[in-house]
Amino acid sequence: MPAAILARLALMEARRGGLAWLAFIALVLGLGVAGFLSQLALTESRMLQAAVVAALLRVCAVFFVAGQVVASVRREIDDRRLELALSLPLSRTAQYLGRLAGFVALGLLLAAIFAIPMLLWAPPLAVACWALSLACELALVAAAALFFAMSLASLVPALAATIGLYLLARSVSAMQAIAAGPLAVDSLPQELAGHALSAVALLLPALDRATRTEWLLYGAPDAHSFALGISGVLVYGALLAAAGVFDFRRRAA
Amino acid sequence: MTRDERPLHAVPWTVWAALIAALCAQIAWRVAQAPAAPSAADLPPAPSAQALRLASFGEPGMLARLTMLYLQAFDYSGTNASPYGRLDYARLTGWLEAILELDPRSEYPLFAAARVYAEGPDPARTRIALDFVYREFFADPDHRWPWLAHAAILAKHRLHDLPLARRYAAAIDHYTKSPNVPLWAKQMEIFILEDMNELEAARILLGGLLESGAIKDPGEANYMRLQLEDLERRLGAKRTR
Repeated sequence: MPAAILARLALMEARRGGLAWLAFIALVLGLGVAGFLSQLALTESRMLQAAVVAALLRVCAVFFVAGQVVASVRREIDDRRLELALSLPLSRTAQYLGRLAGFVALGLLLAAIFAIPMLLWAPPLAVACWALSLACELALVAAAALFFAMSLASLVPALAATIGLYLLARSVSAMQAIAAGPLAVDSLPQELAGHALSAVALLLPALDRATRTEWLLYGAPDAHSFALGISGVLVYGALLAAAGVFDFRRRAA
Repeated sequence: MTRDERPLHAVPWTVWAALIAALCAQIAWRVAQAPAAPSAADLPPAPSAQALRLASFGEPGMLARLTMLYLQAFDYSGTNASPYGRLDYARLTGWLEAILELDPRSEYPLFAAARVYAEGPDPARTRIALDFVYREFFADPDHRWPWLAHAAILAKHRLHDLPLARRYAAAIDHYTKSPNVPLWAKQMEIFILEDMNELEAARILLGGLLESGAIKDPGEANYMRLQLEDLERRLGAKRTR
């Protein structure tokens, strides 16, 4: 299957670029910071360690995947290797999805590696839920980074758009809660802003429901809420992949 | 990961000197600007829980615990004879409330209020901290009763306010519904009315908490044992005087 070659190439590029070392450094750093902070805690020291390491590794994983995808694709475009690839007897859809599959596999690997230390503080079922959810979240980040790297003209805007989308998706629920809170002024501009925010939220994934650290602190989620969280992420990942294929098929060269 | 490099001696001595001078300047600057332990007056007004939630980017559990560590650092340094003695407790409880709202299942804010901030020598401040524990108890009585039980003991022995201690004890009896709440906790009011000193009461409470499994964190159990030993020492010194 020719598209699998593109996926394999994406993984090989990540390995040769030293991503494994970066992941190892993130693990060591996370454990070091957690060990230090736990010495300061008077209670809940294990929870503190789990929460800090989970949050830190999650951010690192997202940054690594986004950076790797954007840098890899931009280099391919700038070196004109993409033009060469387009001349191959392989449909554009297969080419795009082949690359995406490689980056999704990279996210899956990172999620599995970053879940291992969490077993120190949380039960295996909770860690499994967290890892699976993180893998789905990283797949979404890979899809977003690939889409922006293909459609925007250079590296910095593509990376900024990916990280911006991710951060906005993670905080939009809190923004909506503030907009609807009791301190919100009851006026027309406020109401319009609230509606605008709700409209923006419709176009964003509900990332605040995925990969929740509280699963590690207080136990695995119930199947229904877990399935809802994961499904939301996968649906948005599929949307980004479809938008990416659409844009790639329209690409002149 | 590798790249072609020229040998080190290819770098001119002026660049070496500039690099070393800049590094020395940076270290000297940081040494001169070493941050001091935050004092009581540095404690800013508490942010709203919603603002904290927004700043957490979907990690409220992590931010709640890190904020607790941040809060703990105010008015607490190695040379401070009376830690937390100068803090503005109205601001402090504002922070604790916001943290608890951020992660309602965390026990850290209640632990800190009952076991750290309420243990100070100033009765007015102790009262504010105990009042915070009492207010927050009603949001989840079945999990928050251990802190109110400790508050009842402090109200009786530190504040010498028996009606307040009985109010706290009665609240545990009336509002806890879980079968996991031990009988001695539900009968706290009798325990408060008994003529026992603070040390005996604290011993019974700690023993009961350990036995009922309400204390899970080894650091917390250790902290409470140390507190008990400290109390033992203080009461022993009083008796010998």
